[in-house]
Amino acid sequence: MTGVTADVAKEHGLSAEEWQAALEIMGRTPSITELGIFSVMWSEHCSYKSSRVWLKTLPTTGPRVICGPGENAGVVDIGGGLAAVFKMESHNHPSFIEPYQGAATGVGGIMRDVFTMGARPVANLNALRFGRPDHPRTRHLLAGVVAGIGGYGNCVGVPTVGGELNFHPAYDGNCLVNAMTVGLAKADRIFYSAAAGVGNPVVYVGSKTGRDGIHGATMASAEFSEGTEEKRPTVQVGDPFTEKLLIEACLELMATDAIVAIQDMGAAGLTSSSVEMAGKGDLGITLDLDRVPQREQGMTAYEIMLSESQERMLMILRPGAEDQARAIFTKWELDFAVIGRLTDTGRLVLTRDGRVEADMPIEPLSSRAPLYHRPWEPTPPPAPIDDGAFDLPDTPVRALARLLASADLCSRRWVWEQYDSHVGADTAQGPGGDAAVVRIHGTGRALAMTCDVTPRYCLADPVEGGRQAVAEAWRNLTAVGALPLAVTDNMNFGNPEKPRIMGQFAGCIQGMADACRALEFPVVSGNVSLYNETDGRAILPTPAIGGLGLLEDVTKAAVAAFTAPDLAILVLGDGRGHLGQSLYLRELHGREEGAPPPVDLAVERRNGDLVRALIADGLVAGCHDVSDGGLLVAVAEMAMAGRTGCRLDLPADAGVLFGEDQGRYVVATADPTAVAARAVAAGVPVARVGTTGGVSLTGPHLGAISVEDLTAAHEAFLPALMSGETA
Amino acid sequence: MKARVTVTLKRGVLDPQGKAIGNALHGLGFPQVGEVRAGKVIELDLAETDHEKARAAVEEMCRKLLANLVVEDYAIEIA
Amino acid sequence: MHAAVVVFPGSNCDRDVALAVARATGRPPAMVWHGDTDLPRADLIVLPGGFSYGDYLRCGAMAAHSPVMRAVVERVKAGARVLGICNGFQILTEARLLPGALLRNASRKFVCRPVSLRVETTNGEFTRAYAPGETIRLPVAHGEGNYTADPETLARLEGEGRVVFRYVDGTNPNGSVNDIAGIMDATGRVMGLMPHPERASEAIHGSTDGARMFEGLVEALA
Repeated sequence: MTGVTADVAKEHGLSAEEWQAALEIMGRTPSITELGIFSVMWSEHCSYKSSRVWLKTLPTTGPRVICGPGENAGVVDIGGGLAAVFKMESHNHPSFIEPYQGAATGVGGIMRDVFTMGARPVANLNALRFGRPDHPRTRHLLAGVVAGIGGYGNCVGVPTVGGELNFHPAYDGNCLVNAMTVGLAKADRIFYSAAAGVGNPVVYVGSKTGRDGIHGATMASAEFSEGTEEKRPTVQVGDPFTEKLLIEACLELMATDAIVAIQDMGAAGLTSSSVEMAGKGDLGITLDLDRVPQREQGMTAYEIMLSESQERMLMILRPGAEDQARAIFTKWELDFAVIGRLTDTGRLVLTRDGRVEADMPIEPLSSRAPLYHRPWEPTPPPAPIDDGAFDLPDTPVRALARLLASADLCSRRWVWEQYDSHVGADTAQGPGGDAAVVRIHGTGRALAMTCDVTPRYCLADPVEGGRQAVAEAWRNLTAVGALPLAVTDNMNFGNPEKPRIMGQFAGCIQGMADACRALEFPVVSGNVSLYNETDGRAILPTPAIGGLGLLEDVTKAAVAAFTAPDLAILVLGDGRGHLGQSLYLRELHGREEGAPPPVDLAVERRNGDLVRALIADGLVAGCHDVSDGGLLVAVAEMAMAGRTGCRLDLPADAGVLFGEDQGRYVVATADPTAVAARAVAAGVPVARVGTTGGVSLTGPHLGAISVEDLTAAHEAFLPALMSGETA
Repeated sequence: MKARVTVTLKRGVLDPQGKAIGNALHGLGFPQVGEVRAGKVIELDLAETDHEKARAAVEEMCRKLLANLVVEDYAIEIA
Repeated sequence: MHAAVVVFPGSNCDRDVALAVARATGRPPAMVWHGDTDLPRADLIVLPGGFSYGDYLRCGAMAAHSPVMRAVVERVKAGARVLGICNGFQILTEARLLPGALLRNASRKFVCRPVSLRVETTNGEFTRAYAPGETIRLPVAHGEGNYTADPETLARLEGEGRVVFRYVDGTNPNGSVNDIAGIMDATGRVMGLMPHPERASEAIHGSTDGARMFEGLVEALA
């Protein structure tokens, strides 16, 4: 084998200091397999070396938190002996290369993170960002990503119930595909990854290992290729059918007491799973790589350890449980192999064809993993704008129709009709509302879930943007009547070695931490995706927030629709006509300027707590938070969803109609007196703005437009954009 | 011995995939493209040395599983 | 009524339909694994939706050849009713228990949405709870539900009143010939449909039109 040198280490992405540390840890030159292990364990993806110091500042505990960040997924207590297990994860780069498979394997990976912990996945969501709609790649990427998400989730039989989609030129060279899964488990039957029990068998289950996804840079290096010369695939291909079998087999085995620890083989496959499991248990591990089920011939130790083949899991079993476990996996027609044992040496020892290919201490792989305090610059405050300087370019209802037909506000039906949103028969509210509502199987209660962030706010003011992302997730859960419990985050940013980008990261984290604390909405899991840049152009800072909430009675969930005529339309919360960074400004005046609307967390909480109580008390016939597009857009969305018009008494004022002031809700109610009294008592500003009924959205100062015409405008954009484009 | 089975939709059965490919090719500047039919290829490794026996076996596989004769045709190559 | 739900590797509506059946019968149906060659006592056998065997060759093709299907054929001859929903309908056509085939949707996309269906016949046990010509709402969720058959077969299906459900009000989601959503065999014992009655069987689903199918079966086969 060719010798490993500093240059080879550099090709593997190790810095000079990291290479020096590896030499010190080994006391000799590492073998190529050992180098590969250092390289993946110390990668940004596995070590969080640029982000760790900041992530630690997020609040991660709370009375309902069973397990915070650090495991495969976060776990919160939802009462009744049950727990919700959830996490969001990015698959940005693979999706840009091959959108269908990239997105599909992203969904597969995040579902494995959840069922690894003993939970049955019950819902998927996704947060997607693409370049400008007319960019030559956008259609192809959007079509492929949506088909891939659907292709995987639909087949596995987990409903895709919600998500978000934005377009912006900053994503032209880097699309974002963030997938979230929510699962249900018994609160006292959560499975963790810390190995235990010297001598216990290490078991590999699932699909066979191939050369998928082995790091492209290292594969290109000719001196490492042994045997076959054929071009090796670096695109991972998902097999949702195997995933479905793997879920059923794992859950069946988890109902027994056979499993000591379990982890899925995600990024860096066998390497990260074996190192992390042994490391968490302060144990050693020996693996006989000859026993790893292999799809291709002549695979080296290096390739087996770095393969990212999908649908595989690693487990530590109780001694003597092998036969019981094997029977279950055989029934589900999945590979099952005892590939090693736990040891008391604290070392990872790998053999292949009778030769020791790696023998290295495990503890320093984490304790000496690089940790960077990257220099960062705070984002300068944006120049303020004069909210009074942007007159309506058109009659209010025509401006409304133009906004509703724009890329970021148009109907996403084209996307979500490709997702099975009802399999499982527990979906009470699917895509299209503020938050999805999924009944907790076998009960009358429900989980609410949502994905939110407004990247243009984060670019203008990262702290305010981070705060707003958390607040909006909290508000969306509240708007269906749910009590927000906890969040998962997916931090998508550019190159952290640039102080400006690191400043965006730091700012967003600070804002998120503020909001999570004030709203008692801790972060229980998350993922970081950095280096989202092409030719020096970074994406918008995009800290996607996945929020989870709880409804005690699924039948009381509020819908974002006018459900009947003659209901009073009230606005709860205060608006000052904030137009900075609004979609109105961008779409109708062509300007992306100003400060984002500020979030007052105390007000946010006060207003939200009132709305939730009103919903629980049956006083609300329809509820929708005011966000992108402002008040008139929120009202129009409720009119379209309920196919019911309204008469509005609102002025022809751009700030009032389209300002994106935070902490506000539109509520339709049959009892406005009671709602107003409750609002006054709670100190929440309340204003009646109209009445539902008729077939049009009208107002003395607004003009009139039929709900049918609004809907036609709203529904047209994506089908027209995507006409003829399928993955 | 190897067998290659090509399965296509029968003439007269609408092939939306083929139609989409045709449209895309026209869009890319290939006006000479007429009808496009998309199908799938299934390659089989056979433990069989007799050409005729191999063909007969693959014929049966096609009828029983590999093709749905209600809507699909198949062609077999043995090599 | 005794019911059984067949579970293939990759079935994913088995649990949903079992619950819908249980709500109608008052007891959970038997769940039968695809490798079983014996079926328990069952007046109704359900082939559920999903992606049996990943739907890798053709939807339902491999499931149609699994061991349990031989037992299903025997039971049909002995008088049992078989209901195939979505992937189950695909399996029934692949197994030749129902004529025709289900092709990829004309849009080439998976489609999940509610559709309007006209109940074309109330002969037989599957639709006896509906009024003839009634329009009901059920959701569809499939990528290959585009029903086709040769003209002779179609003429026979239409002539013999074996088209059970038809998409109406412009809601045909997949390009099916004659807007066909569901059909039955010549004996009336075997029915397949693409829409999911089990997903319209409770208030939270937004429609309970599907529950009536199971309730009607219970009345007829009790």
